[in-house]
Amino acid sequence: MALYQALIELADDHLVLGQRLSEWCGHAPILEEDLALSNFALDVIGTARSLYAYAAEVEGKGRSEDDLAYLRSEREYLNCLLVERPNVDFAHTMLRQFYFASLMEPFWQAAVNSDDKVIAGIAGKAVKEMAYHIRHAGEWIVRLGDGTEESGARMRAAIVALHPYWEEMFTPCECDALPDRAALRSGWEANVKAVFAEAGLEWPEPVYGHVGGRKGEHSEVLGRMLSDMQYLQRAHPGATW
Amino acid sequence: MYSQGLIGADGGSEETQEFLDAFQARIDAEEKIEPTDPMPEGYRRTLVRQIGQHAHSEVVGMLPEGNWISRAPSLKRKLALLAKVQDEGGHGLYLYSAAETLGVTREQMTEELLDGTAKYSSIFNYPTLSWADMGAVGWLVDGAAIMNQIPLCRCSYGPYARAMIRVCAEESFHQRQGYEIMLTLCKGTPAQKEMAQDALNRLWWPCLMMFGPHDGDSAHSEKSMKWKIKRFSNDELRGKFIAATVRQAEFLGLTIPDPDLKWDDSLNGGKGGYHHGEIDWSEFWRVVKGDGVMNVERVEMRKAAWDDGAWVREAALAHAAKRSAKMAAE
Ligand SMILES: [Fe+2]
Ligand SMILES: [Fe+2]
Repeated sequence: MALYQALIELADDHLVLGQRLSEWCGHAPILEEDLALSNFALDVIGTARSLYAYAAEVEGKGRSEDDLAYLRSEREYLNCLLVERPNVDFAHTMLRQFYFASLMEPFWQAAVNSDDKVIAGIAGKAVKEMAYHIRHAGEWIVRLGDGTEESGARMRAAIVALHPYWEEMFTPCECDALPDRAALRSGWEANVKAVFAEAGLEWPEPVYGHVGGRKGEHSEVLGRMLSDMQYLQRAHPGATW
Repeated sequence: MYSQGLIGADGGSEETQEFLDAFQARIDAEEKIEPTDPMPEGYRRTLVRQIGQHAHSEVVGMLPEGNWISRAPSLKRKLALLAKVQDEGGHGLYLYSAAETLGVTREQMTEELLDGTAKYSSIFNYPTLSWADMGAVGWLVDGAAIMNQIPLCRCSYGPYARAMIRVCAEESFHQRQGYEIMLTLCKGTPAQKEMAQDALNRLWWPCLMMFGPHDGDSAHSEKSMKWKIKRFSNDELRGKFIAATVRQAEFLGLTIPDPDLKWDDSLNGGKGGYHHGEIDWSEFWRVVKGDGVMNVERVEMRKAAWDDGAWVREAALAHAAKRSAKMAAE
């Protein structure tokens, strides 16, 4: 079950993040960003779908991708806490995306040549998407960090707000079929700090890092997100959509 | 949506008769008018208004469907809906660009939307109350948009015509996707089928209103027809839409909420067509003038996005200015 659990962790990360990103659609600061944030959401939800489908197959209990996404409760969701953090503003959203993609790009890169053909296939597609997310979100971090007094202040506020959440992403998963996240940590820190330097932003002092997501212990926001997301499936059990 | 773009258009101009005749001759020869060509001021103003309102319709139109992205009932549907709403944003972008070729900026047009000077299609002032609305909107609203927009692919103004060609291909995909949602619901549980019928009941009449007032009451249509901005009258397009939709509703096993709907072989010069019941024009004008259920919220949402995003746009400009100053200094 190690592989199933690892796939669910990954799938939940992607779906929950995609759900957050999709909240921007129709509400972004400029139309071009409505499109870009929708692209982000489409990418990660697309990856989630492939991961759930594979998890369902690995589990072998006849569940579907939608059963896994729509019929598990918040205590069964294993996403890291970072991805469920609210959008707050454009600075928070771009920083959260940058943190996530800066881990997932090298993660998928390491999985591209996996012996597991399904994982290799998912990785091959996702690695390109994550490279684009790093570029796009990274450019915004530089623009906002360097831009105006207000944008700099908002960027710094986002960094403080998300600082307790990035370390949990590196919690190791006990599964040999997937790359070791912990091994990607120092590279991640170096890349993030380089972009911060370009943006004139400082990497803050260490703080207490929250964990719990991988055990299904979340913050309060996840339950609300899922009750919204899952409502039709829950209200009409067994219906086809 | 787009015949409504003519409401309040002022096609008046004071050019010499010779100039106007020469322009009309180009139109009659089916030549495309391009941004740098001479054109009557009334032609330009009519297009700015129509394309601007069309762009606003695409962008405001993201909101009613955006209302269901978080609640889409399967991952496949969520992706499809998100991509659809994203497409509408893309349509808004092409159209703002087309309007900008006529000497207005996106910022000006946005401000006019937010202060209520510019309108958008009345259909988006109705709420989306169930998942079936995602089916009905694609099927009917995108379907009505296609009826309006296919002739616009031959519009005399080149940039608008070219934008419409790109847009129409995507709209027909949306229409099929919406219909497929309806089909799935109609084959589903009794509750799902009821949801589908309810959506049709609520959206049918507002969709007929999308084509704008009856021909006799459409003040600016005549000039637009002469300039080949418009190719068919409002009633002609409405008739085509009804004829196409009735058969699709029958296939779904849904009832069009109009007891007076009746086929008549003698209509359209013997080709036949439908008589339909009286459209409630008082509702139409009420919604156009701002008193639909969702008018206030739709504009407030767009305003919130614009206002809350101001600091982002300012930061992007400030950063670009700093960078070019730095490059100039190097
Ligand atoms: Fe559109
Ligand atoms: Fe559409």
